[in-house]
Amino acid sequence: MKSCLVVDDSKVVRMVARKILEGLNFQIVEAENGKLAMEECAKAMPDAILLDWNMPVMSGIDFLRQLRKMDGGQTPIVVFCTTENDIQHIQEAITAGANEYIMKPFDSEIIESKFSQVGLL
Amino acid sequence: MTITDFDFICQILKTRSGLLLTNDKAYLLEIRLLPVARKWKLATFDDLVRLIRTKNDEAVIRDVVEAMTTNESFFFRDTKPFDQFKQICLPAMIKARASSKTIRIWSAACSSGQEGYSLAMILSEMSAQLAGWKIEIIGTDLSGEILQRAKDGLYSQFEVQRGLPITLLVKYFQQTGDRWKISDAIRSKVQFREWNLLNDPAPLGKFDIVFCRNVLIYFDQPTKTKVLAGIAKQMPDDGYLFLGGAETVLGISDKFQLLAGQRGIYGLTGGIKAPTAFGTPGAGASPAAPR
Ligand SMILES: C[S@@+](CC[C@H](N)C(=O)[O-])C[C@H]1O[C@@H](n2cnc3c(N)ncnc32)[C@H](O)[C@@H]1O
Repeated sequence: MKSCLVVDDSKVVRMVARKILEGLNFQIVEAENGKLAMEECAKAMPDAILLDWNMPVMSGIDFLRQLRKMDGGQTPIVVFCTTENDIQHIQEAITAGANEYIMKPFDSEIIESKFSQVGLL
Repeated sequence: MTITDFDFICQILKTRSGLLLTNDKAYLLEIRLLPVARKWKLATFDDLVRLIRTKNDEAVIRDVVEAMTTNESFFFRDTKPFDQFKQICLPAMIKARASSKTIRIWSAACSSGQEGYSLAMILSEMSAQLAGWKIEIIGTDLSGEILQRAKDGLYSQFEVQRGLPITLLVKYFQQTGDRWKISDAIRSKVQFREWNLLNDPAPLGKFDIVFCRNVLIYFDQPTKTKVLAGIAKQMPDDGYLFLGGAETVLGISDKFQLLAGQRGIYGLTGGIKAPTAFGTPGAGASPAAPR
C-alpha cells in the first residue's frame, strides 16, 4: 500500500482528499502546514504528497523547496492542489520540483487522473 | 410520450446518425430534446414530434440528431493508445514512409477536439525527429456545434485537468479568464471537418492511422460492420486503427485484426506487419490472437 501525505490547512479539504485517496488504496497521513509536513517527512518519507499552496507557518512552495534539498526528499511524487490557478504559480511549482498540479476545485476524477498520470496508480 | 412517437424519433436517429436507442432510454429523449423544442419556440416534446411529422424540416431534424449525441472526451483519453501511437505507430510509419515523408491521421468522431490535439501535442514534442515531415491530422464529427468547439480550442479548467499533463498545459495553452485556449501552433496542426461516419469515407482520402474511439458503442452491429468496412477501405496495408476501451472488432468485422502482442490496436487482416523492431516483449511475427 502506498502512502500519501495530505498537506492543507483546511480540515474539510484534508478530509475530502483522505476519502478519495483511501478509495484509491493510499494510506494517509495529514499535516496542516508545511512545517508539520516537514516533520512527517523526517519521520517517514511518503510515496506521494498532495500539497496546498497558501498555509500559515510554512507555505506549500517553501515546503517543497526544503523537501527537495532534504535527504531522500527527491523520491516523493508531489502534486500541488491549490486555488492558485494562474500560469505563473504553476510554472513556479514545476521549477521547484512539483510533479503535477491540480487547480481547485477538484473532484475524485481529477485526483485519480493526475495520480495515474504520474504513475502512482 | 407515446410509443409511436418514441419509435418515430428512434427511426430518425438510427438512419441519420446510427444511434441505437433502447426503450429504457426514453427519458433521455425527453431530457435532451426539450431544449430543442424550446429553441424552436415549442412547449413540449410532443409539439416537437408533431412539427417534424408535419414539416419534416431539415434544420429541426439536424438539431434533434445533434442533441442526442454524447460528446464527452478527454485529452489523452485512456493514456495507453497515445503511448502506443508514439512508441509503435509513429516509429513504424517513420520507417515505412521515409520516401514520401507524409502521414495522414484521422480522428473520426473527434467531438470537441481533444483527441486530435493530444496527437498534435505528441508530434510537437517529437518535432526534432519529424523535421521535414508533413503530418496531417483530420478531425471529423457529425455535429457542427461540437466541431465549432473543437475549432475554438477553448476548454474549461475541469477539461484541462483530466488526462493532460501539467507540463503540456503550461506549454501549449494560454489562460483566458477561467478557461484555457490551445495555442495556435497546435491548433493549426489539426483540421476539422463535418462528416457522418455512415457515409462512404472515400472523399476524405487515405489514412495511415485512424482513431475511431467511443462512437461505435452507440451503433447496432450492422452499422458497426459497415463503418469499419468503410475505414478499412481508406487504409493502406500497414495502417493502424485504434478503437475505444469498450469496443472491439471481434464478431463484428473480419477486415481488422488485433496487432500481435498489443491491446487495442488493430491492423488490416492479412496486411499488417508485426512490429518486431519496436514491439513489447512477446510481440513476434505470429498472427494476432484475440484478447
Ligand atoms: C463520446 S464522443 C467520442 C470522442 C472521442 N473520439 C473520444 O474518444 O474521446 C462521440 C462523438 O461521436 C459523434 N458521432 C456520433 N454519431 C456519429 C456519426 N454517425 N458520424 C460522425 N460522428 C458521430 C458525436 O457527435 C460525438 O461527438
